[in-house]
Amino acid sequence: MGTALVLLFLLALGAVPGALLPQRSLNESKVQQYLNQHPVIGPWFDRLQLFDVFSSFWFTAIYALLFISLVGCLTPRIVEHSRSLRATPVPAPRNLSRLPRHAAVTVSGTPAEAAARIGGQLRGWRRVTRTTDDVVEISAEKGYLREFGNIVFHFSLLGLLAAVAIGKLFGYEGNVIVLANGGPGFCSASPAAFDSFRAGNNVDGTSLYPMCIRVNDFEANYLPTGQATSFSSNIDYQAGNDLDTGTWRSYRLEVNHPLRVGGDRVYLQGHGYAPTFTVTFPNGEQRTQTVQFLPNDLQSLLSSGALRIDPPAGLYTADQRRKNQIAIAGLFAPTQQMDGKLLSSSFPAMRDPAVAVDIYRGDTGLDSGRPQSLFSLDNRLVEQKRLNKVKRVNLIVGQQVDLGDGTMVRFDGATEFVNLQVSHDPAQVWVLVFAMTMMGGLLVSLVVRRRRVWARVSDSGSAPGTVNVELGGLARTDNSGWGEELDKLAQRVAEADRA
Amino acid sequence: MNTDIDIGLARYSDWAFTGSVVILVLAMLLLAVELASSRSRRADARELVGAAAVGTTGGVDLADNRPGVVIEEAAAPFSERVGKAGLNLVYLGILLLGACIVLRGLSTHRAPWGNMYEFINLTGFCGLVAAAVVLRRPQYRALWVFVLVPVLVLLTISGKWLYTHAAPVMPALQSYWLPIHVSVVSLGSGVFLVAGVASILFLLKMSRFGEPDAQGALARVVAKLPDAQILDRIAYRTTIFAFPVFGFGVIFGAIWAEEAWGRYWGWDPKETVSFIAWVIYAAYLHARSTAGWRDKKAAWVNIVGFAAMVFNLFFINLVTVGLHSYAGVN
Repeated sequence: MGTALVLLFLLALGAVPGALLPQRSLNESKVQQYLNQHPVIGPWFDRLQLFDVFSSFWFTAIYALLFISLVGCLTPRIVEHSRSLRATPVPAPRNLSRLPRHAAVTVSGTPAEAAARIGGQLRGWRRVTRTTDDVVEISAEKGYLREFGNIVFHFSLLGLLAAVAIGKLFGYEGNVIVLANGGPGFCSASPAAFDSFRAGNNVDGTSLYPMCIRVNDFEANYLPTGQATSFSSNIDYQAGNDLDTGTWRSYRLEVNHPLRVGGDRVYLQGHGYAPTFTVTFPNGEQRTQTVQFLPNDLQSLLSSGALRIDPPAGLYTADQRRKNQIAIAGLFAPTQQMDGKLLSSSFPAMRDPAVAVDIYRGDTGLDSGRPQSLFSLDNRLVEQKRLNKVKRVNLIVGQQVDLGDGTMVRFDGATEFVNLQVSHDPAQVWVLVFAMTMMGGLLVSLVVRRRRVWARVSDSGSAPGTVNVELGGLARTDNSGWGEELDKLAQRVAEADRA
Repeated sequence: MNTDIDIGLARYSDWAFTGSVVILVLAMLLLAVELASSRSRRADARELVGAAAVGTTGGVDLADNRPGVVIEEAAAPFSERVGKAGLNLVYLGILLLGACIVLRGLSTHRAPWGNMYEFINLTGFCGLVAAAVVLRRPQYRALWVFVLVPVLVLLTISGKWLYTHAAPVMPALQSYWLPIHVSVVSLGSGVFLVAGVASILFLLKMSRFGEPDAQGALARVVAKLPDAQILDRIAYRTTIFAFPVFGFGVIFGAIWAEEAWGRYWGWDPKETVSFIAWVIYAAYLHARSTAGWRDKKAAWVNIVGFAAMVFNLFFINLVTVGLHSYAGVN
């Protein structure tokens, strides 16, 4: 018990940095920010795995030891409990009046009759009657379920841990942004279909549950204060046999109402805006692009992002092309609010959209081979003058700006996008099952009380036809209220006689 | 969902809240008066008995039991009447706080525990109701002051700094799990509060202030408290009630998280500290059956557990950023 106690303290203590320090599993960029802000202590924390507490070697060691101690402690108790289940209640002590609880009544009848009546009052107790000469003794015991519940509780913890571990090994989670315009949507054929993908060690990405989803619309309702009151999105999906027959089924996806299909779940996790820009090149050809912007402020949905637009083929020679790509980067406000020339957003719904963008010409770096953020331009290209700012403008829907060489950039409005998450966890139902058996066992072990009662029935000697009944009781756990319990039993024994 | 707010009912709810706090403060003052004064009265009585006993060689105790002598029931002393009035005010305050919660629910057409203001009010209410059940015997009245102090601190914080206008909740909270998960956690937290108070008082009783010959104001107050054993039993029984309740609250939260956030457990700061608190309370139960830990150390563990609950409520919701940061305070 002492060992378990120390390990429980260590477990609680070990989890504390998991709540106080940023964790990689929750927010990688915050960990990086912390490391940048704390150049001395940060790397040491990192070496101690304080940013990955729940997968750290020491946290794992604590709970592994705790479970070893649990098995070591509980296995002998199972053996002892199963032995006690077969054992008969122990004989009555010689002097019942020495027990913590004691009562004596006189009832009519022979000792055997009285003993039978007492036995009737102890229904549900495990009891044994021993007769010697003219004395009948009853030993009764109850509350065996307490230990059973306790054992179930502790072994459910073991099951819970195993189920969590299996889920982590074989589960995966993928996030993907889909434009809510009834467009092609996405199919979960491989991890590459997702924008971000977190998978267990036993997932190689080759056997994801196949499903296709397209998003027809997205609707959000807001209070005048800007607080959201509902998000919903009508989607079409196909999974399983529908993929072969090309059948689409529709579903109204809402927060708190995920789509459950084939053991997987699809969640509506977020939303935002994807502004559309059209670039008209000097030869009159147009290129239109819609790209999702990152919502920087979740209250007003002021978003930032970038577009990279290639000139039409044949307009420039190969080297000229890389000097005439157009890049647009800046802010999008669904409901514009101008502070001078500074754009911000006053409301999350699209009432009066506007953008404040920098327009660049040059090399967007898309064919340089270096990965770039979707939401911002590669600043190195700007520093190296390979990408040059041509204009800084604020545009409302339909407005366009001339870049000076006949190239026009027009802001066409914005489309809503949704952030979907596909989750797969084959063991989560077992986590629930073990959580329930755990709580069931806990309740039983806290509610059931262990009691022992002995009754000794003997001839009274004084009045013929009556017998003395001596009762003695022992509360083996939690003795509050036990005094009244035994007194009531004595009372019932006396009343049963009269009835 | 219905996003209409009945402003009138919301206003009545706010009045009920203010009324409840005022009444509870008054009740606490009255109970404190009793706690501070009645001890000295009892001491006087004992001295008188002692003086008489010297004179009549121990006949005083029997005097009251002589057959045929009708002893008029002495009018309850002033301090006791003050205490009883205080207790009645406590019940009135609980009713008003309950009215505040119910009216919030009626005005917003949802479970009235969707932000921190409402959650703290519900937790305070649960704590008070739990105390009303556990401390229903008259001899426990002295304990009420110590329950009212933390509850009033919580209510003051919620009313003064965390007040949120009646409004619909954000989409993530629009689930039938809101009434289930939050109320169960709230009940567990409220009962843990009573357990924590009982453990603190138990430690006071076991400290040098609880010794029979201790001097000073604190020692006089401590002497008024029930036996250490009774305090310990209150702490234990409330904890074994709240432990599974809070456990269910966390599990319901996990089931809801699976529905709302895409996973049942993600070590979000709130989840982490709930886990910590639950483990500490598990340690308390283990300490209760470990030799050498039974009394004082177990009580300390219980207090640390409650500290973790308070930390979880304020620090995690207000300082760290996690999925539970929907407190309605920006």
